[in-house]
Amino acid sequence: MNKRYGETADKAWRSFVIYLPYVWLLLFFLTPFLIVFKISFSDPVIAQPPFTPLFDWARNGMGAVYITFDNFLFLFEDDLYWMSYLKSVRVAAFSTLCCLLIGYPMAYAIARADTTTRNILLLLVILPFWTSFLLRVYAWMGMLSTNGLINKGLLSLGFIDEPMKLLYTDFAVYLGIVYSYLPFMILPLYATLQKLDLSIHEAASDLGATPFRVFIDITLPMSVTGIIAGCLLVFIPAIGEYVIPTLLGGEDSLMIGRQLFNEFFENRDWPVASAVATILLFILVIPIMLFQRYQITAGTNANE
Amino acid sequence: MRQRSTFLFTTLAFGYAFLYLPIVILMVYSFNDSRIQSVWNGFSLRWYSSLFNNAQVIDAALLSLQIALISATIATVLGTLAGLSMTHMGRFKGRLLFTGLIAAPLIMPEVITGLSLLLVFVSTEQLIGWPESRGTMTIIIAHITFSMAFVAVIVQSRLSTVDKSLEEAAMDLGGRPYRVAIDITLPLIAPAMVAGWLLAFTLSLDDLVIASFVSGPGASTLPMVIFSKVRLGVAPDINALATLIITVVGIGVVIAGFVMQRRERARITEYKATR
Repeated sequence: MNKRYGETADKAWRSFVIYLPYVWLLLFFLTPFLIVFKISFSDPVIAQPPFTPLFDWARNGMGAVYITFDNFLFLFEDDLYWMSYLKSVRVAAFSTLCCLLIGYPMAYAIARADTTTRNILLLLVILPFWTSFLLRVYAWMGMLSTNGLINKGLLSLGFIDEPMKLLYTDFAVYLGIVYSYLPFMILPLYATLQKLDLSIHEAASDLGATPFRVFIDITLPMSVTGIIAGCLLVFIPAIGEYVIPTLLGGEDSLMIGRQLFNEFFENRDWPVASAVATILLFILVIPIMLFQRYQITAGTNANE
Repeated sequence: MRQRSTFLFTTLAFGYAFLYLPIVILMVYSFNDSRIQSVWNGFSLRWYSSLFNNAQVIDAALLSLQIALISATIATVLGTLAGLSMTHMGRFKGRLLFTGLIAAPLIMPEVITGLSLLLVFVSTEQLIGWPESRGTMTIIIAHITFSMAFVAVIVQSRLSTVDKSLEEAAMDLGGRPYRVAIDITLPLIAPAMVAGWLLAFTLSLDDLVIASFVSGPGASTLPMVIFSKVRLGVAPDINALATLIITVVGIGVVIAGFVMQRRERARITEYKATR
């Protein structure tokens, strides 16, 4: 085998490793967004597919570009969409905060447990992540219904006189999101808390700092990367959530993911659905870029 | 100090109760003879038998398994290659974009991924006549696309912890990069690839939103059938189905967890012994 053959093979291998997944992602992840962007500027028509082509080759052979801003104007004029965006951001933000408040002490306790207990506790956090998301949301439908276990418990304890409406409310949506996304908050928090150098804590305590001060001045600032990662992992998917508001929320639960789904499947208005998606992406650009920066720094840290 | 550990213990207890109580209650009520969830009418397996006689559910389950097997396998190959290019290939053109493309599917809201993939399939159909119809094939492609990102992250984190000296030694002895990758790197990252495959498999089995967008007439996956049944309220046979799925997955994950832990322990003892 001569040297040149070997070098060609090395190059071929390198291109294969890099470009096979790269091309796949370009084709099926990046191009799709460009197409959504494109279709958000075309007119809906009753046809298959239900939108006017952006490039109309037949009309004058020059590939005249046909653009309309009607879909965006429609979104701006209709209060429904504005309110859906605002509500989605609000629901996602508040749920993220709840996840952080519940998840932080849990992650802290797991990180401080001894090795065997820690592995079991960690497994118990990961387990729900592996079991069906849809079925776990569904499990709450029975719990929250008018004659469900929560109402029955509260009735028998005498806290309420008649069953409360829990299912198909905003409360149920918050509960569902916190419940479903809690593991996503705990895992990155655990990862940073577990790496903390405990000798700094000891030094601070030896110098007379109260546990509260140690937490505020040392633990909290040192776990900021975990907090940011956890919050983004909850906030970004929660904002476009479809299943939870549909199963647990009321008819008027105006979250944008549900709106997009309905626009697409019930109204069959693909250009408006694309415009909804485009605006949602613009809202998410900053959090997504933050997340990617975290991923890149986490990657380089791990490589060192 | 005592006070603090009581606080931590309480949060853990409440946290885990919150995570597990709804599932446990759902499982208990799947054996309820009554149609109404909250009224306990005695133990019964009737919902299980009605489940196994439901051809629609069985067909959907088989279709979902088929899609999950194929998409998880291809996603593992692509995800492993992506992980390798991130850790072993140094600089290359468009690396930054590549990093972004791998991280984005992890957090992208499903409605956006689903809608955009569907529009790609519709456009390619118009342009080059492919795919002729949407269904199993398009769902598989969609599932590969989002689950390869999860595989890539798992493989990448494993690759960054493996000892590079073995690979370097093999290179110094004249091993060609692809031979080194297959003979040295691959066995080292095999556990991560298995974990990645399993995750891709369950993600595919679980996906409702993306499959709803890219599927066509006739191809209904299990989550699609479940969703259409529970949309209007609690369905007792779905309780039975949920119990079966959660039990199987739960046992699988616990066994996998114990195997990994034992291996890890063996590795640590071995490591200590060699020192």
